[in-house]
Parts: sequence; C-alpha cells; structure tokens
Amino acid sequence: MERMVQTEDLVFEYAKRDEEGNVIGTQRAIDQVSLEVAEGQFIAILGHNGSGKSTLAKHINAILVPSEGTVWVGGRNTRDADELWNVRQSAGMVFQNPDNQIIGTVVEEDVGFGPENLGVPTDEIWKRVEESLKAVGMFSYRHHSPNKLSGGQKQRVAIAGVIAMRPKCIVLDEPTAMLDPNGRKEVLRTVEELRRQEKVTVILITHYMEEVIDADRVFVMDHGHVVMDGTPREIFSQVDTLKEYRLDVPQVTILADELRKRGLDIPAGILRKEELVEVLCRLG
Amino acid sequence: MIRDITIGQYYPAKSILHRLDPRVKLTATVLYLISLFLFKNLSGYLVATVFLIVIIRLSKVPFKFIMRGMRPVIMLLMITLLFNLFLIKEGEVIFSAWIFKITEGGLRNAVLMAVRLIYLITGSSLMTFTTTPNELTDGLESLLKPLGRIHVPVHEIAMMMSIALRFIPILLEETDKIMKAQIARGADLESGNILQKAKSMIPILVPLFVSAFRRANDLAMAMEARCYRGGEGRTKMNPLRYTGRDKAAYAIVILYVAGVVAVGRYVPLHIWIF
Repeated sequence: MERMVQTEDLVFEYAKRDEEGNVIGTQRAIDQVSLEVAEGQFIAILGHNGSGKSTLAKHINAILVPSEGTVWVGGRNTRDADELWNVRQSAGMVFQNPDNQIIGTVVEEDVGFGPENLGVPTDEIWKRVEESLKAVGMFSYRHHSPNKLSGGQKQRVAIAGVIAMRPKCIVLDEPTAMLDPNGRKEVLRTVEELRRQEKVTVILITHYMEEVIDADRVFVMDHGHVVMDGTPREIFSQVDTLKEYRLDVPQVTILADELRKRGLDIPAGILRKEELVEVLCRLG
Repeated sequence: MIRDITIGQYYPAKSILHRLDPRVKLTATVLYLISLFLFKNLSGYLVATVFLIVIIRLSKVPFKFIMRGMRPVIMLLMITLLFNLFLIKEGEVIFSAWIFKITEGGLRNAVLMAVRLIYLITGSSLMTFTTTPNELTDGLESLLKPLGRIHVPVHEIAMMMSIALRFIPILLEETDKIMKAQIARGADLESGNILQKAKSMIPILVPLFVSAFRRANDLAMAMEARCYRGGEGRTKMNPLRYTGRDKAAYAIVILYVAGVVAVGRYVPLHIWIF
C-alpha cells in the first residue's frame, strides 16, 4: 500500500513571549513524532487538550511547517514551497468551528470555493459541487444560507467543500467538538460513508474515544509525543495507561476491565456494549 | 431587536431587472445619478419621473417597500429642504416673518433639490433591491478590474465585502448573546443619558471584537487550507456573461441619459415659479 502521510522526527516549536512581546523561550508542541499512514486507512489521533494533536493536523495540510524533521504528504515534502498547493489539495482539512470555516453565503457557493481556487473550469465546478453535496447528503440544502443550518449540517457542508477539491486524504480536526450528540452522529456517519465510497484516507483528531472504535489504527498523543500506537482493541485494553493520559475511556471498556480485574474471564479491550453482553452471556 | 437591521436589502422577485447582469445595473445607476444633476428645466424632471416610474414597475418591487427604505434619510431631506428654503435669496419675496424670508428662488431650489435627492435614493435603492449582495460584489470586482493595473487589490476588496456580508448575521447573533450575558451579570444597558449608554456598550464591544478577531483568524486558516491564494488563477462558479438583454439595457440607459439631458436643458417649461 502506498504511503499517504509520513512524518519523520517531526518537531514543532513556538516562541513563548512575555507581555511586551519579547521571546522568553520556546515551547515544543510536537516532539520527535514519526508516523506513517497508508492510503485508504482510517486513522484516529487521540489526546487531551494541549497534547499537540491539532498542531500535528496542521502540519499535514502545510498550514504549519516543521521546525525540525520532515512531513511528506503523498510523497511531497510540505517544506517545498512549489508543492504547497498540491499538498493542500491532496490533504483537505475540516476544522472544529463550523461557522468559522464556511466562506460562501449560499451552501453551493461555499462548496465551490475550493475548486474555484484550484482553477477548475466552471462546468466542472458545478459537477463537483453536485457530487460532493450528494455524497454528504446535503444536496437538497444547496440554495440555503449556511446561517440557517444546524451545527452538524454545517460540518457536513464543510466536508463537502473539502471533497469537492478531490483530496486523497481528509484531516478532521475535532469536527464534533462543538456539536450536540445528534450532530456528532451525523458527522461521523458521513465520514464513515465517505471512507467506504470514495476510498479516501481519513485522519480523525478527537478526544472522544467512542469515535475511534472503527479506526484501523489509533495514535495517542501526550505532551507532543506519540505515546501509544495500535489498533483500537490494543489501545483500549490498556485502560489504566489511557486514564494516565487523561482520556475518557468508554464506560463499557471500564466496566469490562474492572470485571476482568475481579477475576472474571473477559478478554481485554472490549469496545462495544454488544460485545460485553455476548461475553457475559457465554460466561453464565 | 438587533436582528431587525437588514443591510444590503434584497427584494426577491422574478423581474427583468433582477435578471440583468449586475455590471449593467451598476453602470446604469451611476449614469442615472450623474444625469440627475445635468439639467435644470422642469421638462427634465418630467422625463426623469416617467423613466423612474417605468423602472419601478419593471422591477416588481412594491412601492411601499421602496418608501420604507426612504425612512432613514428623511432627516437629511428635511435639513436640505430647510437650508435651501431659508438661505437662498433670489427673486421676489413670497413669505416673510420676523427674520425668516422665503423667496421664489429659495422655494424653487428647495423643492427641486428634495425631488432630486428622492430620485437619487430611489434609483440607487432599486439597484440593491434587485441585485443580491453576491452579484453586487461580483459586478464590482469585474467593473473595477482595470484598477488592478495600478495595484488596487480589486479581488481582495470584493472578497472582503462578501465575507463581511456572510458574517453580519453571525456577529449580530453574537452581539445578542453577549448582551444577554452581560445583562445576566447585572449590566444596565437601558438607563442613563447618551454618554452613560455609550459607556455601557464597552463591555459588549470588547468581547465582540475579541471574538471577531478570533473568527477572522480561523476563517483565514480555513481559506488557506482550501487553497485560497488571491484572485490569480481563480475560476468562477458563476462567471458574468453579457446577453442580448444586457446590451439592450445599456442602449436604453444611454438613450435615456442623452434624452433627459437634452430635454432638461433645451426644452423650456415653466409652471408658476418653477
């Protein structure tokens, strides 16, 4: 499988300033991160606030350029100024706040914004807008004003805006953090659908552990380091370590873990309610 | 209450004016405004009145709606009217009391200037009623393109205008929220004189500005992430194209301007003092 994203010894530092704006030191937001993402994978990056996960996401889209080390996206070095727009086109990005990333005053106009920037011919833009809006199930809202949509719908429009640029990879930076439970489900379902139908690589950044159950691979970040790396099952079987990194482990997983510690014969890394029910029934 | 403010009012309807290319409407409005100041005779006013009535009927915008747009400028109208009425001293005195004197010339100038201003406002608001804000910015961008050669950032200005329009409702909503939050904390926004009221706006404006800057920062990042790099090499989703209708409209407007100026200058018409 082809490598979609690769980072090697990635370091990102920003200057700390005092009140007068003088530099008084540097803070490492990302420290020596090396990871690889294969094409078509669903990757989740977990971490609590300030763990460096959003900073890492911005490197994949070349919004930030590494202080040290290298990031390759689709074989292109993000440091290379000539490749900047190709990198941004191949790795689309969806941000946290649904209001602050919609540019158009009408839904279809916003979806067309990316292709317009890429210099896509007019007829092709309309075709892409239609396809992208259909892919996220927002086609019937194409003439609406984004201000009248719910948070989940706005995020779906933002996702459509990214797909219209035909990226190979979509980076979602806490796309559900500002949504209600319904909006969260809506957005996650859309992402899941896209992954299956459009075969794009998905990198989901979140602090909700429930959202990463279906991922092919999970990275856990803390203080700028990747501290855990594995399949969801491998990650979720280490409940105590996860708690150390201040992550909210799903209730089922905690319950299963506690039962196992008390001596019940339950495998580690239970992810879903149904799974636990089945295991418990077999015990009885 | 704050949501009642509507900016860039657009009146949705399916008229020939709504379908015209925004560039035609912009150019026509400018020509129309200039033409209003190029004649003096009453006959010119008659031609302009007929033209305006025809345009209003064509636009399918209700007359009442247009009149409502006049309300904010009534004060301005009154002031110009009074100044002209009392300060211009020409011809016979028709009214005199204490230090106030109204002359024929003063009355004529006051009335004609008021009519001119009303026509001016009606004409330009008809343009905003029949053109969506997006069409308007597109039209402006295209018309001002020649200025790009002397390094005026035309595309950027148009982009800023359309973003501003998109964020007006969002920032209004935010203002509403902040006001409620401050009232809940005991802020008194209603009582006091103008100075005190202005002072009580500070706790609303400061958080509003902070949030606006944060939004601007986020939006800039989102735009860059979607490959925005200024106007160069950018294609348009709705490119502007002139049709036969637009060319005809240009011809009609030019004919009108030539006509109204010719009639207004060389066809004398006098009724009473006018």
